[in-house]
Amino acid sequence: MNVRVRVPTQLRDLVAGASVIEVSVGSASDRVTTVATVLDALATQHPALERRIREEQGQTRPHVNVFVGSDNVRDRDGPATPVHASEELSIIPAVSGG
Amino acid sequence: MVMTIAAGSGATLGTRDTIVLVGTTKGLFTLTSGDGRARFELSGPTFAGEEVYATCIDTRSATPRLFTGSSSNHWGPVLRRSDDLGVTWTEDEQAALRFPDGADASLARIWQLAPGPNDEPDVMYAGVEPAALFRSDDGGRSFSLVSGLWDHPHRTQWQPGGGGLCLHTVLVHPEESHRLLIAISAAGVYRSDDAGSSWQASNRGIVVGFVPDGEALEFGQCVHKVARDAADPERLYLQHHGGIYRSDDGGEAWTAMTGIAGMDFGFPVVAHPTQPSTAYLLPLESDEYRCTPDGQCIVWRTTDAGETWEPLTTGLPQRDAHLTVLRDGFTTDGQDPAGLYFGTRTGEVYASTDDGDSWRLLAEHLPPVMSLRAAPIVV
Repeated sequence: MNVRVRVPTQLRDLVAGASVIEVSVGSASDRVTTVATVLDALATQHPALERRIREEQGQTRPHVNVFVGSDNVRDRDGPATPVHASEELSIIPAVSGG
Repeated sequence: MVMTIAAGSGATLGTRDTIVLVGTTKGLFTLTSGDGRARFELSGPTFAGEEVYATCIDTRSATPRLFTGSSSNHWGPVLRRSDDLGVTWTEDEQAALRFPDGADASLARIWQLAPGPNDEPDVMYAGVEPAALFRSDDGGRSFSLVSGLWDHPHRTQWQPGGGGLCLHTVLVHPEESHRLLIAISAAGVYRSDDAGSSWQASNRGIVVGFVPDGEALEFGQCVHKVARDAADPERLYLQHHGGIYRSDDGGEAWTAMTGIAGMDFGFPVVAHPTQPSTAYLLPLESDEYRCTPDGQCIVWRTTDAGETWEPLTTGLPQRDAHLTVLRDGFTTDGQDPAGLYFGTRTGEVYASTDDGDSWRLLAEHLPPVMSLRAAPIVV
């Protein structure tokens, strides 16, 4: 299945300017996957983008939020949150900084 | 596949004679001169919004290769390099610098990027947080963790200084490249005589004031910076959290230097690039008040390996100047007479092109300056 991943403005240079990319996950007949699986696929297909989202040990960076649809996965099952074929995954920087 | 981005506005490739990389908390700025260091042109920011803790100018090839280690509060650390003096910067698609699987660590910051020996132009070193040393054998395209240090039995006992548990200094012996010296805050100095396979704590003589029995510590010193003498590779200068030291035996033992009354605290120490026994300090008032003392900005110079020090004030503000210069915020361009440059946490960059005798303001109103590197260039 292909999962649409929405890329924030700050990271679009890493994907040739695209605001949305499609990440191939599992087999074409799959209808559901997980956030972790999508990010693992991203690590292969767009490694520079993936390492902006996750640290080497696999944790999502503390000031990065990952949404499935309108749900922050921190409020659901984290990396185990399911992603259905019809859903979009969004990478959004947290409100933080200095 | 690599990703290349254009630099910020103002950077152009042309005939220059000196380049100064100014890493700040909000991006990289560049000062370039084409008229014998009489005037410098400021450009930047590049990587706007990213803190640039590490800059490096590798002059071992015909065209210097520039490196930056920066980090975004959101997106983490990035290593980039430039082969056209900062017009474009490249980040490899596969991370050049990352902890390997099994290390149970993630890269927090890149604190130091250092060229290897002159006769091994593809060797680079990187010091990072959490404290670790990486080595590259392909000109900085990829780095490997130096496991001899990572596996050191002391490591689990190392404690961070105020800036984090960082490996901030890498010195390669200029004549015996298998001899390495690194410094970590707040673990102290470690040395290797076998190209990094094994490491020994090397802090004898450095007195620690923040534990009851500070004279006997094997490690745990909060070493802020170490510099190597221009003429005698066994002579080293060290700015500690509380004291300034010299070693005449490659770091085996350290002796307190005297002569700057009451000013033990500071971050950087810089050795003159060509003159023996000559070094520079920029002391701050105290651990409690980390600003230039009495509102006076003074660079101190020794020409006798720390026996005596002279204050250098010409061109530096001597009233209402409460400045802070961090460990990599003071550097030299390696020329003769030496160009010396320091940047402050309040965004000024000062320079001297006469060995420190006189100074002038090159830039102001920049973001806080974290790292400076300078070098001569011919394009």
